[in-house]
Amino acid sequence: MGQYIADGIILGATLSLGAIGLTLTFNILRFANFAHGELLTFGAYFALALAGVLSFGPTLGSLTFGWGFILVIVLAAVLTAGLALFVDWLVYRILRRSDVAVALVIASFGASLMLRNVVVLIWGPQPEYYSRTISIAQPILPGVRVTADEIFVVVLAAVLMVGLHLFLTRTRMGKAMRAVSDNVLLAQVTGINVHNIIRLVWIVGGSLAAIGGVFYGITVQVGPNMGFNLILPMFASAILGGIGSVYGAVLGGMVIGLAESVSTIWIDPAYKPAVGFALMFLMLLLYPSGLLGERS
Amino acid sequence: MTGLASYLVFFLIQALVYSVVALGLNLQWGYTGLFNIGVAGFFLVGGYTFAILSGPAYSTHLGGFGLPFVVGLGGAILASALVAWVVGLPTLRLREDYLAIATIGIAVTLQLVALNARGLTGGSRGAESIPRPFEHFTHTSLASNIVFLVLMVVVVLLIYYALEAMVRSPWGRVLKAIREDEAAASSLGKSPFRFRLQSFVIGSAIMGLGGALNASFIGFIAPTDFLPILTFEIWAMLIVGGSGNNRGAILGSVLVWALWTGTGSLTQAVLPSGLQVKGGAVQIILIGLVLMVMLVLRPRGLIGEEAVVSREAELGGEGRG
Repeated sequence: MGQYIADGIILGATLSLGAIGLTLTFNILRFANFAHGELLTFGAYFALALAGVLSFGPTLGSLTFGWGFILVIVLAAVLTAGLALFVDWLVYRILRRSDVAVALVIASFGASLMLRNVVVLIWGPQPEYYSRTISIAQPILPGVRVTADEIFVVVLAAVLMVGLHLFLTRTRMGKAMRAVSDNVLLAQVTGINVHNIIRLVWIVGGSLAAIGGVFYGITVQVGPNMGFNLILPMFASAILGGIGSVYGAVLGGMVIGLAESVSTIWIDPAYKPAVGFALMFLMLLLYPSGLLGERS
Repeated sequence: MTGLASYLVFFLIQALVYSVVALGLNLQWGYTGLFNIGVAGFFLVGGYTFAILSGPAYSTHLGGFGLPFVVGLGGAILASALVAWVVGLPTLRLREDYLAIATIGIAVTLQLVALNARGLTGGSRGAESIPRPFEHFTHTSLASNIVFLVLMVVVVLLIYYALEAMVRSPWGRVLKAIREDEAAASSLGKSPFRFRLQSFVIGSAIMGLGGALNASFIGFIAPTDFLPILTFEIWAMLIVGGSGNNRGAILGSVLVWALWTGTGSLTQAVLPSGLQVKGGAVQIILIGLVLMVMLVLRPRGLIGEEAVVSREAELGGEGRG
């Protein structure tokens, strides 16, 4: 049981980071972005490409990578944020002006398939790994073994979430973002430039998604379909936590990660992706505003 | 020459199977504004239900009821309608994107079931030897295909006229009213939720019928036939042809299917075998581009929805608009 909980928290770290961007786009840009999973995929592949160019340096302790990899993660996040802004400029910006509001969702579904196949075109369909070094799992509690890489992932995810919390509560931009998230018209009246906030959403959402993707690459593997396979659990996390709530997304990601991992004790692991979906479905049926969502 | 003719027959049958599905989607999206991106899931339910009810006895999984063709189709329609009802119940009261998430979720889940519930579906090996109707009367495969083509034309025409009658009826006008202005429609005493659920269930039932016809035509189904790419193709067909227009849905199905098979044969002919996977990727990117360009430049499609103006509005509407 302990091992399943540990594995759930590690998966939850990826899901939480992905769900933050998803909940922000859902709430501020007003559409379900099905191409969000591909931001994780591209983040992971950008890191893969960069790791091939930049040297890792000597490995740190029992980790499978060195200091250089931190730089790789940062650069991958920057590139992915750039990609998110580019797709927004190319497609969503135009569709936002059209009268068909849901066109955005169709476009994002199309963008998701296209981006996934761009990955196949550039890097090929085979799974990739950041390091061929085998990471040995150490016991941390009775019956619970984790690798140093996995601890790194969970700790860095926690640091990022604290950072995001400080950004949202202490900085002007963060407060403006929350204001737009609460009420777009009211925020505009107070002089907040909504276009800047839209860009900020893509930057924050895109870079966190990229890091989530790299985490998944470190703890599982990198592949063209990774983002698509994660999009449903991420939506489940965002909805479970309550759409628009960043803290809800973090909580939802952890709950879904734990649920999917622990469920494999009783259920065939092949059905793992359906577990998060089933939870989301129950939530929509019984309590659609989510755990930490606004009451409307 | 017969080679070309038989290819054309084969092509048209498949295009018409997809146009059945696109017609179902058109009722949901074109007329009601419902965002279903789990098309592949309803297509799957229809296909497997038909295989179980009308297919031969399988040694490893459920089947062997040997029911008549029409009963198999009816079962497929009922099963996909039931799935749609379960999905629609919690999600159709919420913002439209929730239906999108729920439908893609159910499609992924159903695909997992098809892949893993071996006793029910045959797992990754799929279900084979699914029968076609009138098999005893046709002796060559071309004759069998021509009979099936005639059947498909009849089915598509039946669905087309039924849908046209429905969307022009008071019921159809309520659907459009809800799509355009939910608050106004509900202020006139129409329950948006009930009408949406009806439209969603009927549309999904038509998709299930398409899935059953597909299973019968191909004779073999496997979980890999029901990937999200299928949903994407159907959407491309509807958007290209023109959502909100049933003739557009049929036209789009033929055109996009021609583009899809055309680029498929082209990449197969041009690319060396080592690059075939990448060729498939190029094919998907191409269809995606067509969809995007349509969405941006011509969101109404090739033949979009006809503008309907009531007589009263035309008389008194001078100076407006």
